[in-house]
Amino acid sequence: MTEPTGLLARRNGQGTSANLADVLERVLDKGVVIAGDIRINLLDVELLTIKLRLLVASVQTAKELGIDWWEHDPTLTARAGRQ
Amino acid sequence: MSELTGRASYAYAVARSFDPALLEGVRGVDDAEVHLVPYREIVVIVSSVPLAEFDETALRAKLERLPWLEATARAHHAVVDSVATHSVTLPLRLATVYRGDERVTEVLRQSYPRFRAALDRLAGKVELEVKVYTEPQATAPATSPSSSSPGRDYLRRRRAQHRARDDAWQRAAAAATQVDTALATLAVDSRHRPPQSPQLSGAGGENVLNVAYLVDAERAEELAAWARRLEAEAPGARVEVTGPWAPYSFALPDGEEPA
Repeated sequence: MTEPTGLLARRNGQGTSANLADVLERVLDKGVVIAGDIRINLLDVELLTIKLRLLVASVQTAKELGIDWWEHDPTLTARAGRQ
Repeated sequence: MSELTGRASYAYAVARSFDPALLEGVRGVDDAEVHLVPYREIVVIVSSVPLAEFDETALRAKLERLPWLEATARAHHAVVDSVATHSVTLPLRLATVYRGDERVTEVLRQSYPRFRAALDRLAGKVELEVKVYTEPQATAPATSPSSSSPGRDYLRRRRAQHRARDDAWQRAAAAATQVDTALATLAVDSRHRPPQSPQLSGAGGENVLNVAYLVDAERAEELAAWARRLEAEAPGARVEVTGPWAPYSFALPDGEEPA
């Protein structure tokens, strides 16, 4: 397989094209943890990521496939709905 | 002051100092422009966000909304990614928020030795992710309605499917071991992650290996090329390489748990 542009040339496109799962894995599970002034419990969020891991490739892909379960999922929308 | 203005500072990454002009036009979460908060030869990349939208209550609620989470995760990553093209970068966890830039400076001052050591360790290196998948399943073995019992046919068909799936997995797992052993020799360090679920990969095939390699930037192409060669030599497995990523998976030295 030839890729004339090379792997490294793709970096700039990655910000938007990277697989959502790969991005979430990194920004939620990896990277440096330093205590912020705003304390959020990432454990809460990890419950959400587990769910994501099981169910969703990417919001865009899911939308293209006509999947929109999260819009009706009470655990994902209940709090947001009250905003 | 920030209490009065209602602004907070969202921090994306720690990096070695670089020309702030290089980040002109780069926007982060909430579409805000990013700027640098310096301390000695280190900077934190931050953007100003409305405190009311990033306090504990608001954040907790928003993080449960998938579209917001995706947009924020991508915005966070896009900033980290563009910083990493200019300087050695230590990505921070999503939603690291301070009550103003003065607090960011304070944290930078306190953690300076730790950041400095991590940046030294990661200089000139990039992260590549390699995943090995089983080949997407061929259609289930053709079965002729050989018996008069649909139930028995069904069971036979199921068993054949399971066997095919096991065989596919074994082939891919064998290939994965070869791939990992070979590529590890090019890498400075590696981190294995749990395989991603097949629904998630969306590409068909089961993920049997999910590993991040830390590699000298100039060897990244070599590693990717080698991965492609190994794929060609291993029928029954699909090898996917993504990156280069900022060294998210190596931001902490091996064994060091998040504080």
